[in-house]
Amino acid sequence: MRRIINYAPRVGVRVILAALPFVAVLAIYLIASNARLAIEPNDKLMPAFATFWATLTRLATTIDKATNQYLFWWDTWLSLQRLFLGLGISALAGLVLGILVGFIPYLRATFEPFFAAFSLIPPLAVLPILFILFGLGEVSKIVLIVFGIAPFIIRDVMLRVASIPAEQIIKAQTLGANTWQMISGVVLPQVMPRLIDSVRLSLGAAWLFVIAAEAITAEGGLGYRIFLVRRYLAMDVILPYVAWITLLAFLMDWGLRRLAAAAYPWDRIKAA
Amino acid sequence: MTTIILDNVWKEYEDRVVLERVNLALDDHEFLVIIGPSGVGKTTLLRLLLSQEQPSRGRILIDGEPIASEPTADRGVVFQRYSVFPHRTVLGNVMLGPQWAGAPILGRFFGARRRELESRAMALLERVGLADSARKYPAQLSGGMQQRLALAQALIMKPKVLLLDEPFGALDPGTRKSMHQLVRELWEENAMTIVMVTHDLSEAFLLGTRVIAVDRPRNDPQAPERFGATIASDFEAKFRSVRDSRRFEAEREKLRLTLVSADSTQNSLPGGISPVRALVKD
Repeated sequence: MRRIINYAPRVGVRVILAALPFVAVLAIYLIASNARLAIEPNDKLMPAFATFWATLTRLATTIDKATNQYLFWWDTWLSLQRLFLGLGISALAGLVLGILVGFIPYLRATFEPFFAAFSLIPPLAVLPILFILFGLGEVSKIVLIVFGIAPFIIRDVMLRVASIPAEQIIKAQTLGANTWQMISGVVLPQVMPRLIDSVRLSLGAAWLFVIAAEAITAEGGLGYRIFLVRRYLAMDVILPYVAWITLLAFLMDWGLRRLAAAAYPWDRIKAA
Repeated sequence: MTTIILDNVWKEYEDRVVLERVNLALDDHEFLVIIGPSGVGKTTLLRLLLSQEQPSRGRILIDGEPIASEPTADRGVVFQRYSVFPHRTVLGNVMLGPQWAGAPILGRFFGARRRELESRAMALLERVGLADSARKYPAQLSGGMQQRLALAQALIMKPKVLLLDEPFGALDPGTRKSMHQLVRELWEENAMTIVMVTHDLSEAFLLGTRVIAVDRPRNDPQAPERFGATIASDFEAKFRSVRDSRRFEAEREKLRLTLVSADSTQNSLPGGISPVRALVKD
Protein backbone atom coordinates (compact mmCIF):
# COMPACT_ATOMS: atom_id res chain seq x y z
CA MET A 1 0.00 0.00 0.00
CA ARG A 2 1.61 3.19 -1.21
CA ARG A 3 0.75 6.67 0.02
CA ILE A 4 -2.37 8.04 -1.63
CA ILE A 5 -0.50 10.90 -3.28
CA ASN A 6 1.59 8.39 -5.23
CA TYR A 7 -1.38 6.97 -7.14
CA ALA A 8 -1.92 8.88 -10.39
CA PRO A 9 -4.66 8.06 -12.94
CA ARG A 10 -3.77 7.13 -16.52
CA VAL A 11 -4.78 9.47 -19.36
CA GLY A 12 -7.98 7.61 -20.25
CA VAL A 13 -9.04 7.31 -16.64
CA ARG A 14 -8.35 10.99 -16.15
CA VAL A 15 -10.77 11.97 -18.93
CA ILE A 16 -13.49 9.80 -17.46
CA LEU A 17 -12.88 11.17 -13.97
CA ALA A 18 -13.01 14.74 -15.26
CA ALA A 19 -16.34 14.10 -16.99
CA LEU A 20 -17.83 12.40 -13.95
CA PRO A 21 -18.90 15.46 -11.87
CA PHE A 22 -20.52 17.09 -14.92
CA VAL A 23 -22.46 13.94 -15.71
CA ALA A 24 -23.42 13.53 -12.06
CA VAL A 25 -24.82 17.08 -11.78
CA LEU A 26 -26.84 16.67 -14.99
CA ALA A 27 -28.14 13.30 -13.87
CA ILE A 28 -29.17 14.59 -10.44
CA TYR A 29 -30.98 17.52 -12.08
CA LEU A 30 -32.75 15.22 -14.54
CA ILE A 31 -33.90 12.81 -11.82
CA ALA A 32 -35.08 15.59 -9.51
CA SER A 33 -36.79 17.47 -12.33
CA ASN A 34 -38.56 14.37 -13.55
CA ALA A 35 -39.72 13.58 -10.03
CA ARG A 36 -41.16 17.08 -9.58
CA LEU A 37 -42.77 17.18 -13.02
CA ALA A 38 -44.41 13.80 -12.35
CA ILE A 39 -46.24 15.36 -9.38
CA GLU A 40 -46.89 18.83 -10.88
CA PRO A 41 -46.56 19.12 -14.69
CA ASN A 42 -46.49 22.96 -14.52
CA ASP A 43 -43.59 23.09 -12.06
CA LYS A 44 -41.50 26.20 -12.67
CA LEU A 45 -38.52 25.50 -10.46
CA MET A 46 -36.92 22.61 -12.32
CA PRO A 47 -38.09 22.60 -15.94
CA ALA A 48 -37.27 19.71 -18.28
CA PHE A 49 -34.51 20.04 -20.86
CA ALA A 50 -37.16 20.15 -23.58
CA THR A 51 -38.62 23.28 -21.98
CA PHE A 52 -35.15 24.88 -21.89
CA TRP A 53 -34.70 24.18 -25.55
CA ALA A 54 -38.13 25.51 -26.48
CA THR A 55 -37.60 28.75 -24.52
CA LEU A 56 -34.13 29.23 -25.89
CA THR A 57 -35.23 28.77 -29.52
CA ARG A 58 -38.10 31.16 -28.92
CA LEU A 59 -35.74 33.82 -27.53
CA ALA A 60 -33.15 33.27 -30.22
CA THR A 61 -35.33 33.03 -33.31
CA THR A 62 -38.42 35.22 -32.79
CA ILE A 63 -38.48 39.00 -32.76
CA ASP A 64 -39.61 40.46 -29.46
CA LYS A 65 -42.45 42.93 -29.95
CA ALA A 66 -41.48 45.41 -27.25
CA THR A 67 -37.84 45.84 -28.31
CA ASN A 68 -38.03 44.68 -31.93
CA GLN A 69 -34.96 42.48 -31.43
CA TYR A 70 -33.99 38.82 -31.19
CA LEU A 71 -33.79 38.94 -27.39
CA PHE A 72 -31.15 36.26 -26.83
CA TRP A 73 -28.70 37.68 -29.31
CA TRP A 74 -29.45 41.24 -28.36
CA ASP A 75 -28.81 40.49 -24.67
CA THR A 76 -25.58 38.71 -25.57
CA TRP A 77 -24.43 41.58 -27.77
CA LEU A 78 -25.13 44.23 -25.13
CA SER A 79 -23.41 42.31 -22.33
CA LEU A 80 -20.39 41.41 -24.40
CA GLN A 81 -20.02 44.99 -25.57
CA ARG A 82 -19.97 46.21 -21.99
CA LEU A 83 -17.62 43.44 -20.94
CA PHE A 84 -15.13 43.94 -23.79
CA LEU A 85 -15.08 47.71 -23.43
CA GLY A 86 -14.56 47.45 -19.69
CA LEU A 87 -11.92 44.75 -19.95
CA GLY A 88 -10.15 46.45 -22.85
CA ILE A 89 -9.92 49.80 -21.10
CA SER A 90 -8.79 48.08 -17.89
CA ALA A 91 -6.12 46.07 -19.70
CA LEU A 92 -4.80 49.11 -21.54
CA ALA A 93 -4.76 51.24 -18.38
CA GLY A 94 -3.15 48.39 -16.47
CA LEU A 95 -0.46 47.96 -19.08
CA VAL A 96 0.43 51.62 -19.48
CA LEU A 97 0.18 52.66 -15.84
CA GLY A 98 1.59 49.39 -14.52
CA ILE A 99 4.70 49.60 -16.68
CA LEU A 100 5.31 53.30 -16.13
CA VAL A 101 4.73 53.18 -12.39
CA GLY A 102 6.50 49.87 -11.98
CA PHE A 103 9.57 50.84 -14.00
CA ILE A 104 10.24 54.51 -13.20
CA PRO A 105 11.25 54.95 -9.54
CA TYR A 106 9.86 58.45 -9.10
CA LEU A 107 6.44 57.48 -10.46
CA ARG A 108 6.56 54.36 -8.34
CA ALA A 109 7.25 56.30 -5.14
CA THR A 110 4.39 58.64 -5.99
CA PHE A 111 1.67 56.26 -7.13
CA GLU A 112 2.28 52.81 -5.68
CA PRO A 113 0.70 53.52 -2.26
CA PHE A 114 -2.14 55.37 -3.97
CA PHE A 115 -2.97 52.42 -6.23
CA ALA A 116 -2.73 50.06 -3.27
CA ALA A 117 -5.31 52.13 -1.37
CA PHE A 118 -7.44 52.68 -4.48
CA SER A 119 -7.70 48.96 -5.18
CA LEU A 120 -9.23 48.39 -1.74
CA ILE A 121 -12.32 50.54 -2.44
CA PRO A 122 -15.23 48.12 -2.99
CA PRO A 123 -16.46 48.97 -6.52
CA LEU A 124 -20.10 48.15 -5.84
CA ALA A 125 -20.10 50.59 -2.93
CA VAL A 126 -19.25 53.43 -5.29
CA LEU A 127 -21.80 52.33 -7.90
CA PRO A 128 -24.32 54.93 -6.69
CA ILE A 129 -21.65 57.62 -7.13
CA LEU A 130 -21.08 56.38 -10.68
CA PHE A 131 -24.80 56.49 -11.41
CA ILE A 132 -24.98 60.03 -10.05
CA LEU A 133 -21.94 61.18 -12.01
CA PHE A 134 -22.40 59.33 -15.29
CA GLY A 135 -26.13 58.74 -15.38
CA LEU A 136 -27.82 55.39 -15.79
CA GLY A 137 -26.47 54.71 -19.30
CA GLU A 138 -23.59 52.67 -20.62
CA VAL A 139 -20.81 54.89 -19.26
CA SER A 140 -21.48 54.15 -15.61
CA LYS A 141 -21.54 50.39 -16.28
CA ILE A 142 -18.21 50.46 -18.09
CA VAL A 143 -16.67 52.72 -15.46
CA LEU A 144 -17.82 50.22 -12.84
CA ILE A 145 -15.98 47.38 -14.60
CA VAL A 146 -12.86 49.50 -15.02
CA PHE A 147 -13.08 50.59 -11.41
CA GLY A 148 -13.32 47.01 -10.28
CA ILE A 149 -10.65 45.45 -12.47
CA ALA A 150 -8.07 48.03 -13.49
CA PRO A 151 -6.46 48.38 -10.02
CA PHE A 152 -5.88 44.63 -9.86
CA ILE A 153 -4.35 44.55 -13.35
CA ILE A 154 -2.18 47.60 -12.64
CA ARG A 155 -0.80 46.03 -9.49
CA ASP A 156 -0.24 42.69 -11.18
CA VAL A 157 1.67 44.33 -14.05
CA MET A 158 3.69 46.36 -11.55
CA LEU A 159 4.66 43.18 -9.70
CA ARG A 160 5.71 41.56 -12.97
CA VAL A 161 7.82 44.59 -13.87
CA ALA A 162 9.45 44.46 -10.45
CA SER A 163 10.24 40.77 -10.89
CA ILE A 164 12.32 41.31 -14.03
CA PRO A 165 15.88 40.63 -12.81
CA ALA A 166 17.94 43.79 -12.27
CA GLU A 167 20.70 42.09 -14.28
CA GLN A 168 18.57 42.30 -17.43
CA ILE A 169 17.98 46.02 -17.00
CA ILE A 170 21.68 46.68 -16.34
CA LYS A 171 22.60 44.56 -19.33
CA ALA A 172 20.19 46.50 -21.53
CA GLN A 173 21.84 49.73 -20.43
CA THR A 174 25.30 48.38 -21.25
CA LEU A 175 23.91 47.60 -24.70
CA GLY A 176 23.07 51.28 -25.06
CA ALA A 177 19.30 51.16 -24.53
CA ASN A 178 17.47 54.33 -23.47
CA THR A 179 14.43 54.28 -21.18
CA TRP A 180 11.93 54.03 -24.02
CA GLN A 181 13.86 51.17 -25.63
CA MET A 182 14.01 49.31 -22.33
CA ILE A 183 10.26 49.74 -21.88
CA SER A 184 9.40 48.69 -25.44
CA GLY A 185 12.12 46.07 -25.91
CA VAL A 186 12.61 44.48 -22.51
CA VAL A 187 9.73 45.26 -20.15
CA LEU A 188 6.67 45.29 -22.44
CA PRO A 189 7.26 41.93 -24.15
CA GLN A 190 7.92 40.22 -20.83
CA VAL A 191 4.84 41.77 -19.23
CA MET A 192 2.40 40.86 -22.03
CA PRO A 193 1.94 37.16 -21.13
CA ARG A 194 1.29 38.16 -17.53
CA LEU A 195 -1.20 40.80 -18.67
CA ILE A 196 -3.12 38.18 -20.61
CA ASP A 197 -3.11 35.95 -17.54
CA SER A 198 -4.42 38.69 -15.29
CA VAL A 199 -7.15 39.53 -17.80
CA ARG A 200 -8.08 35.84 -17.70
CA LEU A 201 -8.23 35.95 -13.93
CA SER A 202 -10.35 39.12 -14.09
CA LEU A 203 -12.98 37.58 -16.36
CA GLY A 204 -15.03 36.33 -13.43
CA ALA A 205 -14.99 39.70 -11.69
CA ALA A 206 -15.78 41.48 -14.96
CA TRP A 207 -18.89 39.34 -15.47
CA LEU A 208 -19.87 39.99 -11.87
CA PHE A 209 -19.78 43.75 -12.43
CA VAL A 210 -21.60 43.55 -15.77
CA ILE A 211 -24.42 41.53 -14.28
CA ALA A 212 -24.60 43.65 -11.14
CA ALA A 213 -24.83 46.85 -13.17
CA GLU A 214 -27.40 45.35 -15.53
CA ALA A 215 -29.46 44.05 -12.63
CA ILE A 216 -29.87 47.57 -11.33
CA THR A 217 -30.56 49.43 -14.54
CA ALA A 218 -30.41 48.57 -18.23
CA GLU A 219 -32.53 48.17 -21.35
CA GLY A 220 -31.10 44.76 -22.11
CA GLY A 221 -28.30 42.37 -21.40
CA LEU A 222 -27.86 38.87 -20.08
CA GLY A 223 -27.87 40.00 -16.45
CA TYR A 224 -30.82 42.32 -17.05
CA ARG A 225 -32.84 39.46 -18.53
CA ILE A 226 -32.09 37.10 -15.67
CA PHE A 227 -33.15 39.63 -13.08
CA LEU A 228 -36.20 40.63 -15.11
CA VAL A 229 -37.65 37.14 -15.47
CA ARG A 230 -36.85 36.29 -11.83
CA ARG A 231 -40.25 37.84 -10.94
CA TYR A 232 -42.00 35.13 -12.92
CA LEU A 233 -39.84 32.32 -11.51
CA ALA A 234 -38.82 31.69 -15.13
CA MET A 235 -36.14 29.13 -14.46
CA ASP A 236 -36.46 28.03 -18.10
CA VAL A 237 -34.80 31.36 -19.02
CA ILE A 238 -32.50 31.82 -16.07
CA LEU A 239 -30.74 28.45 -16.15
CA PRO A 240 -29.93 28.49 -19.91
CA TYR A 241 -28.71 32.09 -19.56
CA VAL A 242 -26.41 31.10 -16.70
CA ALA A 243 -25.09 28.20 -18.75
CA TRP A 244 -24.59 30.52 -21.75
CA ILE A 245 -22.68 33.07 -19.63
CA THR A 246 -20.51 30.27 -18.28
CA LEU A 247 -19.83 29.02 -21.80
CA LEU A 248 -18.94 32.53 -23.02
CA ALA A 249 -16.57 33.01 -20.08
CA PHE A 250 -14.96 29.65 -20.76
CA LEU A 251 -14.49 30.45 -24.45
CA MET A 252 -12.90 33.79 -23.64
CA ASP A 253 -10.56 32.18 -21.17
CA TRP A 254 -9.62 29.51 -23.69
CA GLY A 255 -9.14 32.09 -26.44
CA LEU A 256 -6.87 34.21 -24.28
CA ARG A 257 -4.83 31.15 -23.32
CA ARG A 258 -4.39 30.21 -26.96
CA LEU A 259 -3.47 33.79 -27.80
CA ALA A 260 -0.77 33.85 -25.13
CA ALA A 261 0.63 30.52 -26.32
CA ALA A 262 0.70 31.62 -29.96
CA ALA A 263 2.06 35.13 -29.44
CA TYR A 264 4.58 34.40 -26.69
CA PRO A 265 6.01 30.93 -27.30
CA TRP A 266 9.10 31.67 -25.19
CA ASP A 267 6.94 32.10 -22.10
CA ARG A 268 5.76 28.49 -22.27
CA ILE A 269 9.28 27.17 -22.79
CA LYS A 270 10.35 28.90 -19.61
CA ALA A 271 7.46 27.43 -17.66
CA ALA A 272 8.20 23.91 -18.91
CA MET B 1 43.96 51.85 -25.63
CA THR B 2 41.98 51.49 -22.44
CA THR B 3 43.32 52.27 -19.02
CA ILE B 4 41.33 52.17 -15.82
CA ILE B 5 42.23 54.10 -12.70
CA LEU B 6 40.55 53.76 -9.31
CA ASP B 7 41.55 56.73 -7.21
CA ASN B 8 41.01 56.24 -3.46
CA VAL B 9 37.55 54.69 -3.92
CA TRP B 10 35.31 54.11 -0.90
CA LYS B 11 31.86 52.59 -0.73
CA GLU B 12 29.77 53.08 2.38
CA TYR B 13 26.15 52.23 3.09
CA GLU B 14 24.97 54.48 5.92
CA ASP B 15 27.26 53.38 8.77
CA ARG B 16 28.63 50.25 7.10
CA VAL B 17 31.92 50.49 5.21
CA VAL B 18 32.17 47.96 2.38
CA LEU B 19 35.23 49.16 0.46
CA GLU B 20 37.90 51.55 1.61
CA ARG B 21 41.00 53.08 0.08
CA VAL B 22 40.85 51.12 -3.17
CA ASN B 23 43.60 52.34 -5.47
CA LEU B 24 44.31 50.64 -8.74
CA ALA B 25 45.83 51.51 -12.09
CA LEU B 26 45.14 49.09 -14.86
CA ASP B 27 47.05 49.06 -18.16
CA ASP B 28 45.60 48.49 -21.59
CA HIS B 29 44.63 44.93 -22.54
CA GLU B 30 44.87 43.55 -19.02
CA PHE B 31 42.85 40.61 -17.78
CA LEU B 32 42.20 41.61 -14.20
CA VAL B 33 40.74 39.01 -11.86
CA ILE B 34 39.30 40.03 -8.49
CA ILE B 35 39.30 37.30 -5.86
CA GLY B 36 38.33 37.27 -2.22
CA PRO B 37 36.05 35.58 0.31
CA SER B 38 32.26 35.69 -0.10
CA GLY B 39 30.51 38.89 0.89
CA VAL B 40 33.67 40.94 1.13
CA GLY B 41 32.81 43.38 -1.63
CA LYS B 42 34.22 41.90 -4.84
CA THR B 43 30.92 42.32 -6.61
CA THR B 44 30.48 45.80 -5.15
CA LEU B 45 33.78 46.74 -6.74
CA LEU B 46 32.56 45.42 -10.08
CA ARG B 47 29.28 47.29 -9.68
CA LEU B 48 31.22 50.49 -9.13
CA LEU B 49 33.09 49.89 -12.37
CA LEU B 50 29.75 49.29 -14.05
CA SER B 51 28.17 52.43 -12.51
CA GLN B 52 25.42 50.23 -11.16
CA GLU B 53 26.44 51.88 -7.89
CA GLN B 54 28.31 55.10 -7.18
CA PRO B 55 31.44 55.32 -5.02
CA SER B 56 30.79 57.33 -1.88
CA ARG B 57 34.31 58.77 -2.07
CA GLY B 58 37.02 58.83 -4.71
CA ARG B 59 36.66 58.50 -8.44
CA ILE B 60 36.99 56.00 -11.27
CA LEU B 61 38.59 57.01 -14.56
CA ILE B 62 38.60 55.18 -17.87
CA ASP B 63 41.15 56.61 -20.31
CA GLY B 64 41.57 59.58 -17.95
CA GLU B 65 37.87 60.48 -18.09
CA PRO B 66 35.51 59.97 -15.12
CA ILE B 67 33.06 57.19 -15.93
CA ALA B 68 29.42 57.99 -16.64
CA SER B 69 27.14 57.83 -13.61
CA GLU B 70 24.97 55.11 -15.20
CA PRO B 71 25.79 51.93 -17.15
CA THR B 72 26.78 52.76 -20.73
CA ALA B 73 27.80 50.91 -23.86
CA ASP B 74 31.55 51.35 -23.28
CA ARG B 75 31.40 48.77 -20.49
CA GLY B 76 29.94 45.39 -21.39
CA VAL B 77 28.88 42.91 -18.74
CA VAL B 78 28.12 39.24 -18.24
CA PHE B 79 26.51 38.21 -14.96
CA GLN B 80 26.35 34.77 -13.44
CA ARG B 81 22.68 34.51 -14.45
CA TYR B 82 19.90 36.49 -16.16
CA SER B 83 22.17 38.38 -18.54
CA VAL B 84 20.25 37.36 -21.66
CA PHE B 85 16.70 38.27 -22.61
CA PRO B 86 14.33 35.28 -22.41
CA HIS B 87 11.85 36.75 -24.93
CA ARG B 88 14.35 37.01 -27.78
CA THR B 89 15.86 34.23 -29.82
CA VAL B 90 19.61 33.68 -29.64
CA LEU B 91 20.11 35.71 -32.81
CA GLY B 92 17.66 38.35 -31.60
CA ASN B 93 19.60 38.71 -28.36
CA VAL B 94 22.86 39.35 -30.18
CA MET B 95 21.25 41.83 -32.57
CA LEU B 96 19.64 43.90 -29.80
CA GLY B 97 22.49 46.26 -28.94
CA PRO B 98 23.31 47.60 -32.42
CA GLN B 99 19.60 47.98 -33.19
CA TRP B 100 19.06 50.01 -30.05
CA ALA B 101 22.03 52.20 -30.92
CA GLY B 102 20.93 52.70 -34.52
CA ALA B 103 17.13 52.93 -34.25
CA PRO B 104 16.14 55.01 -31.22
CA ILE B 105 12.36 54.76 -31.66
CA LEU B 106 11.66 51.36 -33.17
CA GLY B 107 14.73 49.55 -31.87
CA ARG B 108 14.69 47.54 -35.09
CA PHE B 109 16.57 47.56 -38.40
CA PHE B 110 15.02 46.79 -41.78
CA GLY B 111 16.28 45.74 -45.18
CA ALA B 112 19.97 45.87 -46.02
CA ARG B 113 20.97 47.21 -42.63
CA ARG B 114 19.25 44.31 -40.96
CA ARG B 115 20.87 41.76 -43.25
CA GLU B 116 24.29 43.27 -42.64
CA LEU B 117 23.77 43.13 -38.87
CA GLU B 118 22.40 39.62 -39.11
CA SER B 119 25.50 38.37 -40.87
CA ARG B 120 27.70 40.13 -38.32
CA ALA B 121 25.71 38.55 -35.47
CA MET B 122 25.85 35.14 -37.12
CA ALA B 123 29.62 35.42 -37.48
CA LEU B 124 29.88 36.19 -33.78
CA LEU B 125 27.58 33.30 -32.90
CA GLU B 126 29.72 31.07 -35.09
CA ARG B 127 32.73 32.26 -33.12
CA VAL B 128 31.21 31.32 -29.74
CA GLY B 129 29.82 28.05 -31.14
CA LEU B 130 26.11 28.90 -31.10
CA ALA B 131 25.41 29.22 -34.83
CA ASP B 132 23.30 26.05 -34.80
CA SER B 133 21.07 27.41 -32.04
CA ALA B 134 20.47 30.85 -33.58
CA ARG B 135 16.67 30.38 -33.74
CA LYS B 136 16.27 28.91 -30.27
CA TYR B 137 15.18 30.78 -27.15
CA PRO B 138 17.62 31.10 -24.23
CA ALA B 139 15.47 28.82 -22.05
CA GLN B 140 16.22 26.03 -24.54
CA LEU B 141 19.99 26.41 -24.03
CA SER B 142 22.22 24.90 -21.37
CA GLY B 143 23.87 27.13 -18.78
CA GLY B 144 27.17 27.22 -20.64
CA MET B 145 25.46 28.08 -23.93
CA GLN B 146 23.57 30.90 -22.25
CA GLN B 147 26.85 32.36 -21.00
CA ARG B 148 28.34 32.07 -24.50
CA LEU B 149 25.32 33.95 -25.76
CA ALA B 150 25.74 36.63 -23.09
CA LEU B 151 29.36 37.03 -24.19
CA ALA B 152 28.43 37.37 -27.85
CA GLN B 153 25.68 39.83 -26.96
CA ALA B 154 28.15 42.02 -25.06
CA LEU B 155 30.95 41.71 -27.62
CA ILE B 156 28.91 42.89 -30.58
CA MET B 157 28.96 46.36 -28.97
CA LYS B 158 32.79 46.30 -28.97
CA PRO B 159 33.05 47.54 -25.35
CA LYS B 160 36.29 49.05 -24.07
CA VAL B 161 35.97 47.01 -20.91
CA LEU B 162 34.22 43.70 -20.40
CA LEU B 163 33.07 43.05 -16.84
CA LEU B 164 32.42 39.46 -15.79
CA ASP B 165 30.65 38.76 -12.48
CA GLU B 166 31.37 35.11 -11.61
CA PRO B 167 30.40 34.17 -15.15
CA PHE B 168 31.29 30.49 -14.75
CA GLY B 169 30.05 30.06 -11.18
CA ALA B 170 26.98 28.02 -12.12
CA LEU B 171 28.64 25.80 -14.75
CA ASP B 172 29.88 22.23 -14.49
CA PRO B 173 33.65 21.66 -14.62
CA GLY B 174 33.81 20.50 -18.25
CA THR B 175 31.78 23.42 -19.56
CA ARG B 176 33.79 25.76 -17.39
CA LYS B 177 37.01 24.58 -18.94
CA SER B 178 35.81 25.22 -22.47
CA MET B 179 34.48 28.61 -21.39
CA HIS B 180 37.92 29.50 -20.02
CA GLN B 181 39.41 28.73 -23.40
CA LEU B 182 36.78 30.81 -25.18
CA VAL B 183 37.10 33.85 -22.94
CA ARG B 184 40.86 33.70 -23.22
CA GLU B 185 40.71 33.61 -27.01
CA LEU B 186 38.12 36.37 -27.21
CA TRP B 187 40.28 38.53 -24.97
CA GLU B 188 43.26 38.04 -27.29
CA GLU B 189 41.23 38.63 -30.45
CA ASN B 190 39.36 41.73 -29.36
CA ALA B 191 42.30 43.36 -27.56
CA MET B 192 40.05 44.64 -24.78
CA THR B 193 40.35 44.92 -21.04
CA ILE B 194 38.53 42.32 -18.98
CA VAL B 195 37.70 42.59 -15.30
CA MET B 196 36.42 39.36 -13.80
CA VAL B 197 35.19 38.52 -10.32
CA THR B 198 35.56 34.94 -9.16
CA HIS B 199 36.11 32.93 -6.01
CA ASP B 200 37.95 30.20 -7.88
CA LEU B 201 41.68 30.66 -7.31
CA SER B 202 42.88 28.35 -10.06
CA GLU B 203 40.57 30.01 -12.54
CA ALA B 204 41.94 33.39 -11.48
CA PHE B 205 45.55 32.48 -12.10
CA LEU B 206 44.78 30.53 -15.26
CA LEU B 207 43.02 33.42 -16.97
CA GLY B 208 44.25 36.61 -15.35
CA THR B 209 47.27 38.66 -16.28
CA ARG B 210 46.77 40.43 -13.01
CA VAL B 211 45.05 39.10 -9.93
CA ILE B 212 44.01 41.22 -6.97
CA ALA B 213 42.73 39.83 -3.70
CA VAL B 214 40.14 41.92 -1.88
CA ASP B 215 39.95 41.49 1.87
CA ARG B 216 39.55 43.35 5.15
CA PRO B 217 42.96 44.26 6.49
CA ARG B 218 41.53 45.60 9.75
CA ASN B 219 38.74 44.07 11.73
CA ASP B 220 36.98 45.23 14.86
CA PRO B 221 35.28 42.20 16.45
CA GLN B 222 32.87 44.50 18.31
CA ALA B 223 31.89 46.41 15.19
CA PRO B 224 32.56 44.41 12.02
CA GLU B 225 30.94 47.10 9.90
CA ARG B 226 33.51 49.73 10.92
CA PHE B 227 36.19 48.75 8.43
CA GLY B 228 35.83 47.94 4.78
CA ALA B 229 37.73 45.74 2.40
CA THR B 230 40.56 46.89 0.19
CA ILE B 231 43.11 45.39 -2.17
CA ALA B 232 45.05 43.04 0.10
CA SER B 233 47.42 41.56 -2.49
CA ASP B 234 48.20 42.33 -6.08
CA PHE B 235 49.82 39.68 -8.25
CA GLU B 236 51.17 40.06 -11.71
CA ALA B 237 49.99 36.68 -12.86
CA LYS B 238 51.65 36.78 -16.28
CA PHE B 239 54.71 38.90 -16.79
CA ARG B 240 54.52 41.55 -19.42
CA SER B 241 57.23 39.89 -21.43
CA VAL B 242 55.35 36.59 -21.36
CA ARG B 243 52.18 38.26 -22.51
CA ASP B 244 53.92 40.20 -25.25
CA SER B 245 55.53 37.06 -26.45
CA ARG B 246 52.14 35.35 -26.43
CA ARG B 247 50.73 38.14 -28.54
CA PHE B 248 53.69 37.86 -30.87
CA GLU B 249 53.13 34.13 -31.14
CA ALA B 250 49.47 34.65 -31.91
CA GLU B 251 50.25 37.12 -34.65
CA ARG B 252 52.85 34.87 -36.17
CA GLU B 253 50.39 31.99 -36.11
CA LYS B 254 47.82 34.12 -37.93
CA LEU B 255 50.41 35.11 -40.51
CA ARG B 256 51.37 31.49 -41.02
CA LEU B 257 47.76 30.48 -41.61
CA THR B 258 47.22 33.19 -44.22
CA LEU B 259 50.45 32.25 -45.96
CA VAL B 260 49.54 28.60 -45.97
CA SER B 261 46.06 29.16 -47.32
CA ALA B 262 47.29 31.63 -49.95
CA ASP B 263 49.89 29.14 -51.03
CA SER B 264 47.52 26.20 -51.27
CA THR B 265 45.08 28.15 -53.42
CA GLN B 266 47.59 29.76 -55.76
CA ASN B 267 49.96 26.98 -56.76
CA SER B 268 48.79 23.56 -55.80
CA LEU B 269 52.08 21.69 -55.74
CA PRO B 270 51.65 17.99 -55.39
CA GLY B 271 52.52 17.08 -51.85
CA GLY B 272 52.19 20.77 -51.31
CA ILE B 273 52.50 23.01 -48.40
CA SER B 274 55.25 21.65 -46.26
CA PRO B 275 58.09 23.91 -47.46
CA VAL B 276 56.27 27.14 -46.59
CA ARG B 277 55.11 25.82 -43.25
CA ALA B 278 58.62 24.80 -42.36
CA LEU B 279 59.88 28.20 -43.42
CA VAL B 280 57.50 30.18 -41.25
CA LYS B 281 57.74 27.93 -38.26
CA ASP B 282 61.38 28.65 -37.59
